[in-house]
Amino acid sequence: MDIPYIVDERPDTGLTNVKLGIWLFLASEVMLFGALFSSYVLLRLIAPDWPVGAEVLNVPMGTFNTAVLIGSSVTMVFAYASLQMDNLAGFKKFMGITIGLSLLFMVVKGFEYNHEFEIGNFPWTNTYLAIYFTMTGLHALHIIGGVVVNAYFLGPGSKLWETNKTQFTNRIEAAGLYWHFVDLVWIFLFPILYLL
Amino acid sequence: MADVTTTEETAEETIDHGHEEHGHHDEGFWRTYVFSLDHKVIGIQYAITGLLFLLFGFTLMMLMRWQIAYPGEPIPLIGQWLGDERAPGGIMLPEFYNQLGAMHGTIMVFLGVVPLAVGGFGNFVLPLQIGAPDMAFPKLNMASYWTFFPGGVIMFASFFVPGGAANSGWTSYAPLSVFATTGQTMWLVGMIFLITSSLLGSVNFIVTTVQLRAPGLSFMRLPFFVWAQLVTAFLLLLAFPPLEAAGVLQLMDRVAGTSFFMPSGLVYADGPWDASGGGSVLLWQHLFWFLAHPEVYVLILPALGIVADIVANNTRKPVWGYRVLVASVIFLGFMSFIVWAHHMFLTGMGTTMSSFFQTTTMIISIPSVVILSALFISLYGGSIRYTTPMLFALAFLPMFGIGGLTGLPLGLSAPDIHLHDTYYVIGHFHYVVAPGTLMALFGGIYYWFPKATGRKMSDMLGKIHFWGSFVAINVVFMPMFIQGLSGMNRRMYDGGAQYVMNQDVLYLNEVIGIGAWTLGFFQLFFIYNFFNSIKNGEKVGDNPWNATTLEWQAPSPPPHGNFATAPVCYRGPYEYSVPGADKDFLMQGEPDQTPAEPARV
Amino acid sequence: MSDHVQHHIAIYKKVAAALAVLTVLTVAVSYLDVSVPVAVIIALIIAGTKGSLVLSFFMHLLEEKKPVPLSRGGIGLIIGSLLVTALFFLVVIFIPIFGHADKVGTYFTLPNSNAPTVETPAAH
Repeated sequence: MDIPYIVDERPDTGLTNVKLGIWLFLASEVMLFGALFSSYVLLRLIAPDWPVGAEVLNVPMGTFNTAVLIGSSVTMVFAYASLQMDNLAGFKKFMGITIGLSLLFMVVKGFEYNHEFEIGNFPWTNTYLAIYFTMTGLHALHIIGGVVVNAYFLGPGSKLWETNKTQFTNRIEAAGLYWHFVDLVWIFLFPILYLL
Repeated sequence: MADVTTTEETAEETIDHGHEEHGHHDEGFWRTYVFSLDHKVIGIQYAITGLLFLLFGFTLMMLMRWQIAYPGEPIPLIGQWLGDERAPGGIMLPEFYNQLGAMHGTIMVFLGVVPLAVGGFGNFVLPLQIGAPDMAFPKLNMASYWTFFPGGVIMFASFFVPGGAANSGWTSYAPLSVFATTGQTMWLVGMIFLITSSLLGSVNFIVTTVQLRAPGLSFMRLPFFVWAQLVTAFLLLLAFPPLEAAGVLQLMDRVAGTSFFMPSGLVYADGPWDASGGGSVLLWQHLFWFLAHPEVYVLILPALGIVADIVANNTRKPVWGYRVLVASVIFLGFMSFIVWAHHMFLTGMGTTMSSFFQTTTMIISIPSVVILSALFISLYGGSIRYTTPMLFALAFLPMFGIGGLTGLPLGLSAPDIHLHDTYYVIGHFHYVVAPGTLMALFGGIYYWFPKATGRKMSDMLGKIHFWGSFVAINVVFMPMFIQGLSGMNRRMYDGGAQYVMNQDVLYLNEVIGIGAWTLGFFQLFFIYNFFNSIKNGEKVGDNPWNATTLEWQAPSPPPHGNFATAPVCYRGPYEYSVPGADKDFLMQGEPDQTPAEPARV
Repeated sequence: MSDHVQHHIAIYKKVAAALAVLTVLTVAVSYLDVSVPVAVIIALIIAGTKGSLVLSFFMHLLEEKKPVPLSRGGIGLIIGSLLVTALFFLVVIFIPIFGHADKVGTYFTLPNSNAPTVETPAAH
């Protein structure tokens, strides 16, 4: 017996295995970042004073990065749509741009972190910086993970397109869901850490 | 919703199978036995590893019990090998006692019970019970085991680093845990591996249960074991991540000098703690217990599932109140997320929050009582067969009852003021997990061993194991309630000898110790029986217990892919003693003459 | 199928534009001179709107099938799981701070003569 519903949807649930699987994984990620948001709220409330985000962090850089990441989410969904239209070349183009934008995000993040270190702002300096570095650091690790997965699908993983187009498209949909989630976290992280 | 008469066609023809998961045969030793993708092999890997860790964790406790019963006396036989940093002259140092305590808890919960109950039983039985060829994601399943294993190795190895293993309790409260020796860092890293493994597994379990049920196997026809595993998987999925986050935060406090959990103005043995301060020790407790409370339901739910299946099988009647059981287990899972601060009644929370958590805790006892009552009522009017699995299942019921009832004064904030951190708590939670879950898991091993190996374990050895363990385990844990009520605190390395209030109940330490070592002795029967029966056990057919659920339709042991053709489900899971039937059980997958009703969701 | 996807692509472009506008708004709003609680609420509303757009359109959440029709209470496995998750997310965020607010005495700093003095905030 082979495992069913890898490619086709199960009629009564309307789902493929990978789609349900990735959404459940994202639910657990919501709880992971939720605990960190909870820590942020508690630490801020008990602090006698809390820095103004815009004075410690670089808001223009953060805004630029937000645009970059949202942009990568847009190109990711275009990559998926290309596959739905049987256009492998389009998929490769948009996936390549997605990866490029992700790396740009990381480079900018690198500059931001480096600047903070240069002026003596480390995670151990105060709890605001501790939670800032931890949350953005964990988010950055998720971006790296996403880049690895996306690069695999752009490269060796795309061979699956030749033998099973639907299964490959389902995988890209899952990768896309993960990537949009990473974007979603940043959409909340940016105002909370930089602007409030 | 396909109607039953056409499901057999739809099952095979219209589904496009991905061929990546199709097994290859003759793959060599490593692919077959070590890095296998087969849920049965992975389940056995989890089970054996879990049992080994249970034995190790129990050994740690047998050591501790010596120190508690005879404080300051050299440990016989083993004492000389422990070395001077742990037990100079064979006499246990307090630091080592603390390591044993913290690691006993951690190992039993995270490396013993959960891997056995969820990783072992869940992996092996669940796909078979739903008529699936394997888990939905076999590679993820393998990754899950091989993430768990290094976590276990790290935990074990932590005993051998300078300063020894983690010693701040399995609860690792800050700031003590942040001050602690290197072993604590290894504990945190180990936990990250274990939690990741758990998350990968829980996704697999939920997708498998939802998507890979055989045609005709609606949700309300699932064996209660599967329902229990499904709810457990949701608990693991949603409750573990906050602990993973907290673990990272504590790691940063220890290694990077941050102050997530370190308050301002803290002074340690050597002087002021050199960090920015501004953190909150309670933040750790909230994040820890947010997981750790659902975790205790992770410990009990698979056991309830196993007991339900065994009881139905050995009373030859359906469990009473199937729908009530399902509703209760779902409600229990949901409530388990909003009771956690009953572990924190003594942290200075005001009456509003204490009342909130006390109320939710009282409410959560309702589904527990309902489930237990349904299982008890299931016995009424049954033709009880006292097989070895059934002995364990029967014992489970009152033991879980004692455990649950003794939880009530702990869940009410006022009596908890007296009982918190006493031996009463230890008695309560051990009753639920040790005479409770562990006995159910043993019952499950005796029950499903024939499916996994094609042979039965020896009944005689099984009964010796059962009776010896049952008596000894009560000797171990019942006196703890007495000690706790008289105020004896937990985690004291001299067994409370220094305190005036404990003097009248100190003698019980020796009683408990003897019980513990006796309990250890009786496990030898199980260990011998288990391994010997693999080769020499009585050979049996596919369904030695005359059970109804789908796993008994597969060969014993099932081959790769489990079923030659996809099974179809025609009826509920516990159709025993159906009036008018020609035998006293009707298997779920066995067609009959009357058209079966199409399955609803 | 192709028209269906083309229709989607048109939506993606509109959503992308909306997200760009909302991002500008996010930063612009931060310059308003309002109290912290109000700023938090405004920021969460805007972030929530952006997030909802990503969830609904990029992640196709609106299209997830519901095996049991909404009229009979069906909300689908994915949306159901996410709702439960959202509830527990709120629980993990709010309960610790409620626990902090409702307390018997202060506990987050230790009085110590050698420690740097920290003013215990009155309102907490």
